[in-house]
Amino acid sequence: MHFISDLWLNIAKAWTAWLGSFLPGWAVSLIDDVIWGGMLAMLSVIATLSLTWMERKVIGRIQNRLGPNRVGPWGIFQAIADAVKMMVKEDIIPDGADKPVFNLAPVLIAAAAVLLWAVLPFGRGISGQDLNIGALYLVAVGSLSTLAVLMAGWSSNNKFALIGAFRVVAQLLSYEVPMVLSIATVVLVTGSMRLGDIVLRQPVPFILVLPLTAIIYVLAAAAETGRAPFDLLEADSEIVAGYFIEYSGLKFGWFYIAEYSNLLAVSCITTTLFLGGWRGPGAGVLPVLGPIYFFIKAIIVVFILMWIRGTWPRFRIDQMLGFAWKVLVPASLASIAWVAIVVKLPVPQAVQYLLMLAGSLATGFVCLTLLGRAARRFVEGQEAAAHALAAQQMPAEA
Amino acid sequence: MQAVVFALLAVATLGGALMVVLSYNLLRSALGLVLALFGIAGLFLLLEAEFVAIVQVLVYVGAIATLVIFAVMLCRNYFDPTQARFNDQWRLVAGFAALFFVALAAVLLQVAWPVAIEPVPSDVITQLGVAFVGPYAVPFEIASALLVVAMIGAIIVARERE
Repeated sequence: MHFISDLWLNIAKAWTAWLGSFLPGWAVSLIDDVIWGGMLAMLSVIATLSLTWMERKVIGRIQNRLGPNRVGPWGIFQAIADAVKMMVKEDIIPDGADKPVFNLAPVLIAAAAVLLWAVLPFGRGISGQDLNIGALYLVAVGSLSTLAVLMAGWSSNNKFALIGAFRVVAQLLSYEVPMVLSIATVVLVTGSMRLGDIVLRQPVPFILVLPLTAIIYVLAAAAETGRAPFDLLEADSEIVAGYFIEYSGLKFGWFYIAEYSNLLAVSCITTTLFLGGWRGPGAGVLPVLGPIYFFIKAIIVVFILMWIRGTWPRFRIDQMLGFAWKVLVPASLASIAWVAIVVKLPVPQAVQYLLMLAGSLATGFVCLTLLGRAARRFVEGQEAAAHALAAQQMPAEA
Repeated sequence: MQAVVFALLAVATLGGALMVVLSYNLLRSALGLVLALFGIAGLFLLLEAEFVAIVQVLVYVGAIATLVIFAVMLCRNYFDPTQARFNDQWRLVAGFAALFFVALAAVLLQVAWPVAIEPVPSDVITQLGVAFVGPYAVPFEIASALLVVAMIGAIIVARERE
């Protein structure tokens, strides 16, 4: 019973002890690290296989149809069929492409997607490497994909790929700011950048203390990963796959894996920062429940992101950038300024949390009011322009 | 073990730097610069300065290298294999570079550098933050003012003329 209550850590300790009985210390730690790294990298591929199925089913039901249901019960083997198809496709390299850079871009983008998993705390004491600067590491790795996108767009020797790459970089750089500011808000409240500590210092999930910051983070992270409604850059009707238009076969598969791995990683980061991570009823006494709660919460966030994808229309590039700079950045700046003040007040912690909640809701209310007024002005401007056009045409007809 | 890692990082850094100066293709030079910057981030990690290493990746690779690549992409003649790599003065410059190398090596090997005896404290980031608003507040504020001036300048330069 005691073994099961901390099952995952006990399995790891038993394995390490068995290895240590016939191998020197450095070999044991090397093998352990390689196994951990391999498991985390495999997690990306498994995430792609399962989440593509889940996405097609969820969006299918939202659009009042069934989704894949032929390949296996409820279509669960559809993802494997897709993977096999992608692997046997011909690998085409365009004529004037810069071959080393062309081949390196999907590797880099997949590497950036996999590196995100290194710092996430799946349970008490279970994380790849609980870095002191875990939160900052997440942002730094995100900036790696910017580079890979530029490499992909440029080396394809294709004007549309290049324009798509420029737009993607503009979007990624713009949405990095509100993402970093919302992560910094949570770091301010907990006083530590280490993700394991952030989970341990969340007596109440931070979505109930800082709802606006959670929403800002989810939207900014969805834009960072290129999900709808921010998928202008890879939508078929817009720019026909944008920066990875010239990639075929398994290289395109790596871009695809990177996208879905990023989706799951972003959901896991949201659970860590705002939903209490692996905490839940009974997780303190039975640490084995930690990863189970973690994945349940992460899947809920993934479902919400897929729901958003199936429901909201797509943004134009100028609307997208305007939304980032004119709405999300001021809102997150106001949020972090208010939290910085409240954290230093000499009142008990519960009162601090209530003040932060009040400030968050007030900022959200102000944001929505200003957005509503801007929308009304826009609609009135449209109507006035339409009237002016009609008035211009009527004397001509008469 | 540390020597092996240091050797690998040094090879990456120097290899990237060589790619920067020796490549005909400007974009490959920019990517060599990225490799060199990653190598330097790794060297910071070897020195147990994790925060500086991550900020190096975030700022240099994420922002500055991206900007350099943008600038390279806007060049018209970024790849010219017919252009001579070295001009006529290369012997003189090589002599001066060798002299500089010898002088730098002598300085690095002969001076008795003070070595920190106590280990790196665990709350480095807290101390950094306290230093920013304490003894180093004025340089911090001047750096912020400089960044604001640069941003305003960029907006004015890139604005549409009405």
